[in-house]
Amino acid sequence: MYISIEGASREYFFKGRRTVSLEKVNLEIQKGEFICLLGPSGCGKTTLLNLIAGFDRPTSGVVKINGEVVTKPSVNRITIFQNYGLLPWRSVLRNVELGLESKKISKKERSKIAEEYIELVGLSAYKKHHPAQLSGGMQQRVALARALAVDPEILLMDEPLGALDAMTRMTMQDEIERLWQEKKKTIIFVTHDIEEAVFLADRIVIMTPSPGKVKSVIDVPLARKRDRTGSDFLKIRDRVFAEFELKASDKTEYYL
Amino acid sequence: MKMEILKKASRIVISISVLVVIWQLAVFSGRYEPSLLPSPAKVFEGMSELIKDGTLLTHFRVSLSRFFIGYLASIVAGITLGLLLGWNKKVWSFIEPIVQVLRPVSPIAWFPFIVLWFGIGDAPAIVIIFIAGFYPILLSTVSGVGNVDAIYLKVADNFGIRQPQMLFKIILPAAFPLIANGLHIALGSAWVFLVAGEMVGAQSGLGFLIIDARNSLRSDLVLAGIIFIGVLGLLLDRLIKFLETGIEKQWGISRRGMN
Repeated sequence: MYISIEGASREYFFKGRRTVSLEKVNLEIQKGEFICLLGPSGCGKTTLLNLIAGFDRPTSGVVKINGEVVTKPSVNRITIFQNYGLLPWRSVLRNVELGLESKKISKKERSKIAEEYIELVGLSAYKKHHPAQLSGGMQQRVALARALAVDPEILLMDEPLGALDAMTRMTMQDEIERLWQEKKKTIIFVTHDIEEAVFLADRIVIMTPSPGKVKSVIDVPLARKRDRTGSDFLKIRDRVFAEFELKASDKTEYYL
Repeated sequence: MKMEILKKASRIVISISVLVVIWQLAVFSGRYEPSLLPSPAKVFEGMSELIKDGTLLTHFRVSLSRFFIGYLASIVAGITLGLLLGWNKKVWSFIEPIVQVLRPVSPIAWFPFIVLWFGIGDAPAIVIIFIAGFYPILLSTVSGVGNVDAIYLKVADNFGIRQPQMLFKIILPAAFPLIANGLHIALGSAWVFLVAGEMVGAQSGLGFLIIDARNSLRSDLVLAGIIFIGVLGLLLDRLIKFLETGIEKQWGISRRGMN
């Protein structure tokens, strides 16, 4: 298995009190899969993402990628944050170049690659702008370009669209799906938006809080590009609602 | 835009004129001896005298070169130490109490030791400027480094950026707005102590100009010197403000550009 999480737990001690933010998670992810970690705040989805990223380590259990235990961050797994993490003193171009600077490539090559990825996210006209001059959606496109420019195998997204308005969100969901299909990355995407998860994911990992754990995993066997108002889409959405007990459980199998 | 500048200029002219009129009225009242309160005309005469015979320029040059040597030294020392100490919180926790005790001490208080250690000439004034500029720069750099948003470090770590690149590519620019603030404060206090330093230990410079005028009982030249020091200090302040906005713009954090 490409990514395997085996009995991973993360506990914190704060003022002598032990809190379990993630309890014995087992999960296997295949190469190229689009996985959404879905759940309310406090369910440990960001903790789990940080364990896969290598920013944090499990207190027990292991996270393995390609059979190797994850102990630290790597350019092979880039995390995209909700607040984008762009460097405000750098232009769009220089932001995208950031990850290429630790690689042994010439300056010219570097800006060529960066420009290519800026083009990919449709921001060529803004490469000289600074992040503060761009809208939230555009800033997240820059973060995407920056992540893709180092050609990682895995993209980890921590509520990347959480700060955007509903319309921009949907445009960005389309964009992320397009990039995923084009670049064939493995994506692990944290969200608390059920429709977002149903639209994007191959599989939805349902997580519940206190202590944070995986409740179930739901397959989304819908063809892409998905229709947000289609009946299949809504059926799966309803199943997810039911998992969170946000909907009175319905025993009938079919609707007319 | 043009109207704005015109309005601002007219306000400056009005406020200065009012001050001069009050001053002149006080002189006319005849209650103050001319040696204790020279008339505006006398002071302007003194100012043009100082400009014409080149005295002002000579002293100004000397002061300015001392100022820049001392100020630059405090920038280099303050930022370098500030980066190291800001990054190493443990060491800083030991150093901070010492800094907090020394910081409120006026640089002039060190004067007896400064003369013993550095002799006379340009050195004492430079050292005093250095001390005056050093603490604000050190403290603002330490707090700037301490306040770098953790997400920048996380991103840099993720992209494989290690020390010392981390310092120059991430920490220094991220801390820059606070450091710039410290540089600005330091400039003001260094200018204040330049004059003080030159009054106690120099044979040249703007501070000496005032002491020299007092010794020859020329109160008009004392006031002329004070006015020059004020105006030059103001110009320096505007200069650094100009540089500050320029660099902030380059950094993409200009306040107007925020939305």
